Amino acid sequence: MNIVVCVKQVPDTATERKLRSDDKTLDRDAVDGVVNELDEYAVEEALRLKEAHGGEVTVLTMGPAKATETIRKALAMGADKAVHLSDDALHGSDALSTSYAMAQALKKIGFDLVILGSESTDARTGVLAAMLAERLGAPQLTLARKVEVNGSAIAIERITDYGYDKVEATLPAVVSVVEKINEPRYPSFKGIMAAKKKPVETLGIADASVDASAVGLAAAYSEVAEFAAAPPRAAGTVVKDEGDGGVKAADFLASKKFI
Amino acid sequence: MSEILVLVEHVDGEIKKVTLELLTLARTLGEPSAVWAGPGYGDAAKAKLAEYGADKIYVADSDEVVNYVVAPKAELLARLVADKSPAAVLVASTVEGKEVAGRLAVKTDSGVITDAVGLGEGFVADQSIFGGGVNVRSRVTKGTPIVAVRPNSTAPVAAAGAGAEEKVEVAPSEAARAAKIVERVKEEKGARPELTEAAIVVSGGRGVGSAENFAIIEKLADSLGAAVGASRAATDAKWYPHQFQVGQTGKTVSPQLYIAAGISGAIQHRAGMQTSKTIIVVNKDPEAPIFEIADFGVVGDLFQVVPQLTEEIEKRK
Ligand SMILES: Cc1cc2nc3c(=O)[nH]c(=O)nc-3n(C[C@H](O)[C@H](O)[C@H](O)COP(=O)(O)OP(=O)(O)OC[C@H]3O[C@@H](n4cnc5c(N)ncnc54)[C@H](O)[C@@H]3O)c2cc1C
Ligand SMILES: Nc1ncnc2c1ncn2[C@@H]1O[C@H](COP(=O)(O)O)[C@@H](O)[C@H]1O
Repeated sequence: MNIVVCVKQVPDTATERKLRSDDKTLDRDAVDGVVNELDEYAVEEALRLKEAHGGEVTVLTMGPAKATETIRKALAMGADKAVHLSDDALHGSDALSTSYAMAQALKKIGFDLVILGSESTDARTGVLAAMLAERLGAPQLTLARKVEVNGSAIAIERITDYGYDKVEATLPAVVSVVEKINEPRYPSFKGIMAAKKKPVETLGIADASVDASAVGLAAAYSEVAEFAAAPPRAAGTVVKDEGDGGVKAADFLASKKFI
Repeated sequence: MSEILVLVEHVDGEIKKVTLELLTLARTLGEPSAVWAGPGYGDAAKAKLAEYGADKIYVADSDEVVNYVVAPKAELLARLVADKSPAAVLVASTVEGKEVAGRLAVKTDSGVITDAVGLGEGFVADQSIFGGGVNVRSRVTKGTPIVAVRPNSTAPVAAAGAGAEEKVEVAPSEAARAAKIVERVKEEKGARPELTEAAIVVSGGRGVGSAENFAIIEKLADSLGAAVGASRAATDAKWYPHQFQVGQTGKTVSPQLYIAAGISGAIQHRAGMQTSKTIIVVNKDPEAPIFEIADFGVVGDLFQVVPQLTEEIEKRK
């Protein structure tokens, strides 16, 4: 089975993230990049499916040159090879153009299964998998907490507000996974060494048949009109419990008409 | 005034509060038309939608719309966008709502904004990003604005609309029928309100100490008619089920009142609750970062403070 797993490099949540004042995009140079944590579950699931059914796992990352760090991490976990979609023209792409460019790259790579994380921790839109399914005309098997493949049949458990849905489809398909699905492995020393020798193909937009006028900041379908640091919340009242902390909290609730 | 499509969220015909919020919001910007997808439509639903201002109700109540993952709903909305040329489409910013919005955006070649916490003139959306650290105002610049608005972004206010019904026949395309839902499994969630919809959320963290001790959090929640949430430390330890995790990799909540007990307030936790209107904190460490965003904080042992608070609330009812 030919599995492509989409892995994004995101700024470390623990560091302070800023928008650039010039073009109002995320300042990726100012912060350390890490693997989007939710994508580690996608890589793990891809590796498990390969272990069970055979085949190959390809990592697909769209992002600036420094995203190679992220690619190496996924390769160190055990993926076989990687494709890095990287081009200055892609800077500032929104969800729509990202999904377009990634769909083009996926068509070029070819796949039986595409696996994504459920959300990127920087943009937090959680729409890419659905958009890819739409663009690729492939079944959308998103928010999976369990994935089973049997020949060309695929079944997932999709989490919902009330529990989960059992969903069935036929490959090729687009899957996104939630963090409940597995426990991602840590790269072993051997894995880290091996990753250095694994092939990473860099694609520019022309290589992936991506139309330059449909990506990047200029092609965005939405714009940030303005942004500002959130005003600090007005300092609240903090009391030390002297045996009546609960009563005081109740007084506060009453003053706000919650009780 | 111009027409605004609002996708109705309902469970077996029971309309969710967020839909009433979206209708309320849509009324300030145009004339809301509710779009009903799936079985369960009836007089009760019609009355409720009209009560909150729906001028029109497009009804596509066949099973077909909900028997496949997301795609048929996006097709339905795309068709209405083509036929009615609405000024905007609003959906709830739930995981599924965002997926519908995403597919619709591709279909209609339109921009999409997710996780809006407010929406004003010109469909300019307010968003809170980076764990609540930065406020952004953004707008769609191409196509029909598609905006996913978070539950609890506005208070639902009734104001009668005509509620004129229009049936829409749908036959999802073959592509939209590619991912078939073969079974829906409802997991017991008790009588508590749903986490993302609840007006009040009471969450426990590592300080709660064990699964059994979560009963203390549940009792406080029940005294307030609240939902229960948990930090990742608590869900990782399996003290509370994962679907109740609040934060960056869990649910985003934006309730009127959020009570955090035994939670330190890591940025990843705050990312999921920072837009709560009022925040109360109980933590024994006065240095815990969660106090920075507390409207009212008690430095103390939650095993003392929380049961006392529950008892006081019961007393004052
Ligand atoms: C990529 C990523 C995503 C993440 N996503 C999430 C997420 O979605 N949600 C989330 O919550 N976290 C998330 N985390 C984890 C987050 O960084 C913190 O580790 C987590 O929130 C800590 O949970 P906690 O506050 O319960 O535990 P701790 O940080 O250990 O805090 C426990 C607090 O309880 C207090 N306490 C202890 N005993 C008592 C007592 N008896 N009475 C009163 N107070 C007491 C302590 O003083 C302390 O402040 C994520 C981390 C990463 C790296
Ligand atoms: N630039 C990117 N490169 C590779 N994968 C991505 C990229 N952006 C998003 N993804 C994938 O899409 C998922 C959802 O992202 P998002 O829709 O941005 O929240 C992530 O978990 C990744 O698997």
